[in-house]
Amino acid sequence: MDKVCCCLEVDTHVIVTGVMSLYAHKKQQQHKMNYVPGTASLIDDIDKKHLVLLRDGRTLIGYLRSIDQFANLVFHQTVERIHVGKKFGDIPRGIFIVRGENVVLLGEIDMDKPCDTVLQQVSIEEILEEQRLQQQAKQETEKVKMQVLKDRGLSIPKADNLDEY
Amino acid sequence: ECFKKKKKQPTATLTVQLTLACVSAPQLFYSFFKSLVGKDVVVELKNDLSICGTLHSVDQYLNIKLTDISVTDPEKYPHMLSVKNCFIRGSVVRYVQLPADEVDTQLLQDAARKEAMQQKQ
Repeated sequence: MDKVCCCLEVDTHVIVTGVMSLYAHKKQQQHKMNYVPGTASLIDDIDKKHLVLLRDGRTLIGYLRSIDQFANLVFHQTVERIHVGKKFGDIPRGIFIVRGENVVLLGEIDMDKPCDTVLQQVSIEEILEEQRLQQQAKQETEKVKMQVLKDRGLSIPKADNLDEY
Repeated sequence: ECFKKKKKQPTATLTVQLTLACVSAPQLFYSFFKSLVGKDVVVELKNDLSICGTLHSVDQYLNIKLTDISVTDPEKYPHMLSVKNCFIRGSVVRYVQLPADEVDTQLLQDAARKEAMQQKQ
């Protein structure tokens, strides 16, 4: 009797473990990447509307369709949003593949939260014009700054990275 | 039972993880951040943007996921208005500001010292 019980126990134990590992294996197969609780994963962000900030300062908004371990992203129905002061403009871009190294931040857009309270949407031409003026103003101040430093015999070497965010 | 031990107290988790001699140096801060999941932190990025939020998760690259975010500094970054959760790439983080009472600096120092000694060998 004892032996049988033991055997049963052992068997049940094995069966339980078997089922568990099968379940775990199945779960793993469901997710493309290994899931460990507490790990930052973009799996749950797929098919949701996201905003991504890029290293060159651009803001893209679109539906996240695909990811990988380098945070390379595939965006669908992408829109490039340009902000100047209180105005913004959207340029439709279609499908975007972003290399992970250029991603600064990826944020899920909350559809319920109203976002147009302070911002005013303008046409593409207008926002591009605003941006051009902003760039111009920035270059002017940079020039003045460099001149002032030069007069004092100082020079700040130009940053050798292309980050403009 | 290892699993049960981890479930009890977060500080105990950290102790277990950090005092393990086999923790590799790249994993030290990963384990450290894992013990801070659920706490409020401020992440300052290399572009001077500061984001306050609750630490949701972290991965081996120290990418950070925050929930319930708010931009701490004056909102000259208007595009973040309708974003509640975000994923921050580890390579763009400059600082992660933590409340002092959530960190056991002694423990961290000891673990780091142990790591340094192991690295030498």
